[in-house]
Amino acid sequence: MTEIPADNSPRRLSNAYQNWYRFSRNPTAVIGAAIVVIVILAAILAPWITPYPEHVGAVVNFRARHLPPSAEYWFGTDNVGRDIFTRTIFGLRISLLLALVVLGTAVPVGTVLGLLAGYFGGWVEIVIMRITDIALAIPPLVMALAVAAVLSPDLINSMLAIAALWWTWHTRLIYSITRQIRTQEFIEAAETLGASKFHILIREILPNCVSALAVKTSLDCGFVILVGASLSFLGLGIQPPTPDLGTMVASGSAFLPDSWWESVLPGCAILVVALGFNLLGDGLRDLFDVQEVR
Amino acid sequence: MSQALLSVDNLSVDFSTYGQTHHVLKNVSLDVPARSQIALVGESGSGKTVTMKAIMGLLRQPPATIAGGRIFYDGRDLLTLPDKERLKLRGTAMSMVFQDPMSSLNPVFTIADQMTTILKYADRRLDRQRNGRDRLARVHEVLTQVRMRDPERVARSYPIMLSGGMRQRVLIAMALLSEPKLLIADEPGTALDVTTQAQILKLLKDLVEARGLALLMITHNLGVVRETSSYVYVMNKGQVVEHRPTAELFAAPREDYTKALIAAVPRLTGGTRFGTAEVAP
Amino acid sequence: MSAPMLEIVGLTKTFPVRDGLGRSAGAVRAVDNVTFSIPRGQVYGLAGESGSGKSTIARMIMGLTPPTAGDILLDGENITGRTGTRAYGRKVQMVFQNPGSSLNPRRTVAQSIAVPLDAHGHPRRERAGRIAELLDMVQLPADFAERYPHELSGGQKQRVAIARALAVAPKLLVLDEPTSALDVSVQARVIDLLVDLGRQLDLTFLFISHDLSLMRNFAQQVGVLYLGQIVETGPTAEVFTDPQHDYTRLLLASVPVISAEEEAMRPKIPLIDGEIPTAEKLLALRQAAKP
Repeated sequence: MTEIPADNSPRRLSNAYQNWYRFSRNPTAVIGAAIVVIVILAAILAPWITPYPEHVGAVVNFRARHLPPSAEYWFGTDNVGRDIFTRTIFGLRISLLLALVVLGTAVPVGTVLGLLAGYFGGWVEIVIMRITDIALAIPPLVMALAVAAVLSPDLINSMLAIAALWWTWHTRLIYSITRQIRTQEFIEAAETLGASKFHILIREILPNCVSALAVKTSLDCGFVILVGASLSFLGLGIQPPTPDLGTMVASGSAFLPDSWWESVLPGCAILVVALGFNLLGDGLRDLFDVQEVR
Repeated sequence: MSQALLSVDNLSVDFSTYGQTHHVLKNVSLDVPARSQIALVGESGSGKTVTMKAIMGLLRQPPATIAGGRIFYDGRDLLTLPDKERLKLRGTAMSMVFQDPMSSLNPVFTIADQMTTILKYADRRLDRQRNGRDRLARVHEVLTQVRMRDPERVARSYPIMLSGGMRQRVLIAMALLSEPKLLIADEPGTALDVTTQAQILKLLKDLVEARGLALLMITHNLGVVRETSSYVYVMNKGQVVEHRPTAELFAAPREDYTKALIAAVPRLTGGTRFGTAEVAP
Repeated sequence: MSAPMLEIVGLTKTFPVRDGLGRSAGAVRAVDNVTFSIPRGQVYGLAGESGSGKSTIARMIMGLTPPTAGDILLDGENITGRTGTRAYGRKVQMVFQNPGSSLNPRRTVAQSIAVPLDAHGHPRRERAGRIAELLDMVQLPADFAERYPHELSGGQKQRVAIARALAVAPKLLVLDEPTSALDVSVQARVIDLLVDLGRQLDLTFLFISHDLSLMRNFAQQVGVLYLGQIVETGPTAEVFTDPQHDYTRLLLASVPVISAEEEAMRPKIPLIDGEIPTAEKLLALRQAAKP
């Protein structure tokens, strides 16, 4: 009698290859990733790739005021004759820094609180989640306005204000995932095997949150940059002459519609950056969904 | 060949994943004559579910492509039939009994809601005139046919108010709504307890016999094959390896694969030996 | 030799039931005064359907939930109510029903097997060697250590789960429907493996299942669990050929079989038409009847 082949194992393809294959066939993810990579590179290399890096500061060149886009000034010039293209590229730095600092604090804080609340339950859950609910009720922009009004309107304060509220979204996300994973058999298996609570939280549950966290963080980058730009537009964020996209849109708007490029083109830059992160986030979501289902 | 109610003729299906093509079905042929009880048995990955989906027109293309073959229902090739014509057959001339009584019903609608909706669409496809009251009457009628004691109450219930066995009966009743000639059952009752599964299988067998339906039972369980069918197709790795009357197959399997499969089933009478003899105690 | 490996005495678990307003409305006895014992090196089968309390018994033995009353003696030692599994986790381990969900999808085979090794203070530098040894024991190639669960077939996953349970050299394995999610040929190989391992490592098994055909061939002793109570117990061959309790008869009559001999031994009782009193339902009835 022939033996039935014991276990037919699925053909082995490396994980990296499978992920790359799915990623490369997902136009949303590829376009989003391309935009994000270009934006980050442009921000890092700004002093070397921009035509007039000195225009970042308080340079005044009245002869070149309000010049429309041309081969010399790609995005035109502003009301004191500075190159808008240069300032837009440098403005990306501030936007990305804002996203990095806000999410760099909000994601770890939100994740840890969400894990604790979701896994332990009881009073830990009650305390953490009620604080989260209260914080969720305050819109970040309003909080930033309030902070800017009490302290002084500058970059540090607006970052602090946004970060102080942003963790709530991550707490809720990780909390709900943890609640769902906590009841799964492999957590029970780890418990019967004698694993510590720390091990279960960090090694068993957290890796299962990573994909959702990546999607959420990517989407958030776009939102944080938009909120930062809104604050600057209202004059509560970055103060001149530091180039910031939101500030540039605000100051350029005084010269609409004649010198439309002064506000519209930096506005487009905000749009592209936010769009890039959103596309990347959506693409990642599609990518990970497939993996979850498999 | 063409007198069979359903006839699958040399069906081949390919799947492409990660740029590689897999031949999932290789020249599968099977016949389901009218009023017959046929089983299609195979382990996971054997291709039995893909065959069922191809018959019902539920294959997602891509990733699947039908590489060759024909599927005849009542003399008409389903694969070349216009979509609209094919849709008319689905759920009316041939119906499906789904496996999972928990996820196959929508939890936010009552049984009557779900069943009358299905009936409404079936009526529309077949240009039948029927009003809401008649549809509800038909729903009560099929619920009675699956031996529900209190069909009116069941119809008013939400799925969560019914036990697993009752939900499986509702799924069978749904398949009967439009008086099909062919029932395709995908492992009915496997999600249920043994005692409930035994009832469901008996109910299905009684219904099929009493109403003169043809049954194509798709299962991995050889015991279910023996209880419900008179003729069986054994699938392995995308091919039909053996097909014979059920009693003959169990009495004297011919193919090595079938022999091994039957030998792997533990017997209620005992005598199945586990453990490899070489291992020193 | 003397004391049984596992002794369960009068084990009871009740769950409080609350009404719509969250007030206490009595209690459900999920496990009701269950007593049995497993001699060393034997397989004891616990047969029952959903709601019979079989999983609750396993969870109490594993210390995942404390019993309401009764005692659990493991290797002569009373472990009742010890929820800290590390205290006795070395002696008893569990293999779960669904290998797809009992392995963490984000962790490699080696990482999963390392969990009990780390938890029980196994020396770190011997870890890789021990993992290779365990994989060999369950007849998997050593290079499977770096694979993720989704790269394994169902049978391979269950072998990994068995390797993980054996990592700390337990004496008793609780098998909660270990093959119900597997194909029949794969099931045969996994049971082969368990029988071999049982002989090699002198293991005792508590085998929980609703598959009576499998139980007939794997377990020496069987207990039939219905509504939280053991309604019939004894040597498997005896219980199956001459069932005394109606529920055992019903269970046996419901098993789909593949030969005439098997059909002949099934009790000839008509399958109740309509609703079989499921454990869940009877529990609810009984609870309603209680003051």
